[in-house]
Parts: sequence; structure tokens; C-alpha cells
Amino acid sequence: MSTRASTLAGRFMATPSIIALFLWMIVPLGMTIYFSFLRYNLLTPGTEEWIGLVNYKFFLTDPAFFASLTNTLLLVGSVLVITVIGGILLGLMLDQPIFGRGILRILVISPFFIMPTVNALVWKNLLMNPVSGFFAWISTSLGFQPIDWFTHAPLTAIIIMVAWQWLPFATLILLTALQSLDRDQKEAAQMDGAGPVSIFFYITLPHLSRAITVVILIETIFLLSVFAEIFVTTGGGPGLSTTNIAFLVYTQALLQYDVGGASAGGIVAVILANIVAIFLVRLIGKNLDA
Amino acid sequence: MESKFKTPFGRFAYSAFAWIVGLAVFFPILWMVLTSFKSELDAVSMPPLFIDFNWTLENYTGILEQSNYFKFAMNSIILSFGSTFIGLIFAVTCAWAMAFNPTKRTKDTLLWMLSTKMMPPVGVLVPIYLVFRDWGLLDSRFGLIMVLFLMNLPIMIWMLYTYFKEIPKDILEAARMDGATLPKEILFVLLPMAIPGIASTMLLNVILAWNEAFWTLNLTTSDAAPLTAFIASYSSPEGLFWAKLSAASTLAVAPILIVGWFSQKQLVRGLTFGAVK
Repeated sequence: MSTRASTLAGRFMATPSIIALFLWMIVPLGMTIYFSFLRYNLLTPGTEEWIGLVNYKFFLTDPAFFASLTNTLLLVGSVLVITVIGGILLGLMLDQPIFGRGILRILVISPFFIMPTVNALVWKNLLMNPVSGFFAWISTSLGFQPIDWFTHAPLTAIIIMVAWQWLPFATLILLTALQSLDRDQKEAAQMDGAGPVSIFFYITLPHLSRAITVVILIETIFLLSVFAEIFVTTGGGPGLSTTNIAFLVYTQALLQYDVGGASAGGIVAVILANIVAIFLVRLIGKNLDA
Repeated sequence: MESKFKTPFGRFAYSAFAWIVGLAVFFPILWMVLTSFKSELDAVSMPPLFIDFNWTLENYTGILEQSNYFKFAMNSIILSFGSTFIGLIFAVTCAWAMAFNPTKRTKDTLLWMLSTKMMPPVGVLVPIYLVFRDWGLLDSRFGLIMVLFLMNLPIMIWMLYTYFKEIPKDILEAARMDGATLPKEILFVLLPMAIPGIASTMLLNVILAWNEAFWTLNLTTSDAAPLTAFIASYSSPEGLFWAKLSAASTLAVAPILIVGWFSQKQLVRGLTFGAVK
């Protein structure tokens, strides 16, 4: 029942944000696409020329691309598995009556608010250092050799710290979903003699499926772009063992000044992210009654 | 589920178990805070010292006196609050228009805004970097405020939109009938009801901007560098002192951790774009 004037005002008021987002995303994206077809290096200015798909050919056939794609998929996949399973377990745990549950929930959720650079350096030094880190102490007291994480398992180390950061996010969303579970349904199943395991698989898990999908899709978007944790701990190394696509594009752009190559890499990253984004946007669109 | 534990002991045992798990998840933060009160020698001691070390504040006083901690902290405050403030001006008007005067294209526009958030930053790193270089915006607070503002704008609009949708429209129409003009309608009718939603949106965005570590690391060197970059400067091996690193880290995360504790619920809403409530 809006009046003509207020509809007009409505359009007018939405416009600044739309223009701002357009300038922020679409224009630079267009520039990236344009650059990706150029030979363009900041070290040799003035020699820009159109070279068609050569940058893409170089980027996609570069062994570094294959390595970083593998690392990206391993990182995203492992963190998803850890956080979803861990999040379900922690969510179920926190959904029970516990003394001091409010405080406990705050503790479990805290890692999400730690900035990535702090997260990475605390894990790398205080916990994972092979000589005086906390984990080294645990290994030695149990009679094992301490693991030199950043020499022998650098990608695993990155996966662990990123998973720790995202575990609270999965927990919080799955806990929210668990709390909306219909208690009557569960009690009815209990009356009918269903055990906790079958209740979990036939009632709880189906109820959580939507929340799990949301967690997977949103985490994937962010995990494809993990950068700071790698930047402050390994710098992508040793070799290429912790370089993901985001970090590879960064090295090409800001360390090698290869604008054309980095742009082609950026577009590849955009395409990868869009594969996930399409599903997420559809899912959310279904839920939106605008 | 309340009937699950038949005896108080069962509930107590379960609580003890849950607290052990919870403390394990929290442990890295706890360990960081403990280490920040140690001397550098105690920090690397083997076996690790839990409580029985000489508690000292020297790391904190050292950081506050020697490093430019305040400059970085001030940058973090300016960047996160500045970008949130500008974002609120844009997002409140936009979300207001979409929630109360929707057009046929509102849903598509909202989904399009969401999709801009899905864009990986490396996809636009090169042009943004070059434009910033050419316009002299590298390492400037203004440039970074704009980046953080635009980066979080879709989340702000979405969050406010879901809050505004919950405000009953009848009230606004009643105000209109009584002759309230549009600015008055917004200022005296809508705003008071919308304040909780706006406050939550603000908190979430301050958190996101405070912890943002792609653009802040790539577009700053010193003048505009916030705490994320300050901590990153501790990554060089020769400058590594664990107790000092811990104290600096604690100072960098403490304010936002406390803000975060107050906005857990909003986090779900903001980061799932209303898909989970």
C-alpha cells in the first residue's frame, strides 16, 4: 500500500548502495578481465599489448597452478569436514543442560573473534613450535617425537589453525538449528523405543541438513580466500606446499608485478568461487520472501 | 531433554566433561593470555609453566612504551568504526527502501548484492591496487575505510533488511495517516523500533572490519596499518619474542572478543544472510 511518492523515494534511497556496489565489484572485475588479456608487467611500463588468452594458458599450465589448486581443495575440504563434524558434536554437547552453559558457549565461540594474524602466530609459535611449543611438550610427555609442523606438515598446520577459527561458526549455526528442533517429535520417537543413535540419524540429522548446507556453502566462500594465515606463517612455502590460489595470485600481482598473469589467476579464482556461490544464492533466494 | 539426567550426579559428570571439551577449544586463547604475563624466559620454558611463574606486566608496559601500538590501535578503531558508520548511512536507507517500498526487482537486487559478497578479493586485487596507487590511496585511512565499507555493505543491507521486515507495516501507515512526513516517519517511528537491529548490525560489522586481514595487509604499509598488520610484523623470525607477541596479541583481540561475546546471536543472522534463524 505504498504511495507513489514513497515508492519513488524507495527507489531513490536504494540507488546509492547499488551504485557503490557496482563501482566496487563490477567495474574492477571488468578491469581484471581486460588486464587478463594483456601483456602487462609493472616493471616494464609502456609495453602493454593485447595477447589474447596467453595469460590463461600460462597460468593454467603452470605447475604452481596445479599445486595451489590441490592445496586450495585440500584446505577447503579438510576444514569443512573438521568443522561440520566438530560443529555437530559441539552443538549437540551444548544443547544439553550444563552447569554454566552460557559461559561455556562463550568460550567455545571465542576463536571466531580472533583476528587471523593473531590466530596464525599464536598457533605457529606458542603451540606448534617443535622445541618449546605446547604440543611438543604433550608429545614428549607421551613418549613421542615432537612434530616439526611447519617443516614436515605445513599444510596440515594451516588446516588445523583455520579449522579452529571456523569451528565456532559451524557450532553456533548448528546449535541455533538444533534449538529449533521440535522436542515433541523426539519424545514421540523415544516413546516408540528409538535409541539415541537412531534419533540422531532419523530425526536430528535431517533437521540439520539445511543448516549444514548453509555452513558448507558460506565457509567455502571464505575458505577459498584464506590468505593472512599463510601470509604470516609460511609465505606459501616450503616450496609451494602451502600456496593456495589466493596466495598465488597475490605473489604474481604484488611480488612479481605481473598484472596480466595475476588478473588471469584472479578470474580463475572468481570462477571457482562462483561455482559455490550459485548454489548458495539459490538456496538463500528460496528462503527470501521479498 | 531435561529428563535426560536422572540424577544430579549425572548432570554434574556431563557438565564436567563438557567443560573439559570447551576449555580445550578455548585453550589457545587462554595460553596466549597466560604467556603474555610471563617473562621471555618463562614463555619458552620446558615443561611449560601454567600458573607458577613470575607474573609480570613488563610485556604490556614494553609494548605500550616502545612500539607504535597506539597508532595501530587508533587505525583499527578509525577503520572499523569509520567503515561501519559510512556503511550504516548507505545500508539503513537502502534496506529501508527495500523492506518498506519493495519493487518487482527488490529480490533480484538483494541476491545480486549477496553475490558481490561472494566475489573472492583476489579477483579485484589488481585493479583496486592499481587504482589506489594512481590515486595516492595506498596506505591511506580513507582508502581503506572505503574498501572495508564496500566489502561489508552487502552484509549490512541484508541484516538490516531482515530486521526491518519484522517491523509491522501497519504502524508506519498509521503514522502516515496522521500526517507524518517521510523524514519524520523515519526519524520518530521507524528508527526507535529499528535501533536494536541497527545496533547488532553495527557490532557485527565492527568485528568483521577489525579482523579483516586481506586488504589491510595488502593496501597498507605503515601510516594506515591497523592491528592486523601490527601483529603480522611479529612474524619475522629475528623479531620473535613470544611473551611480547602474546601481550600484543591479547591487546589486539581483547576489545573485539568482548564485543563478540555480546553479539553471538546477530552473528548467525548476519553471516547466514537470514538463511538460519
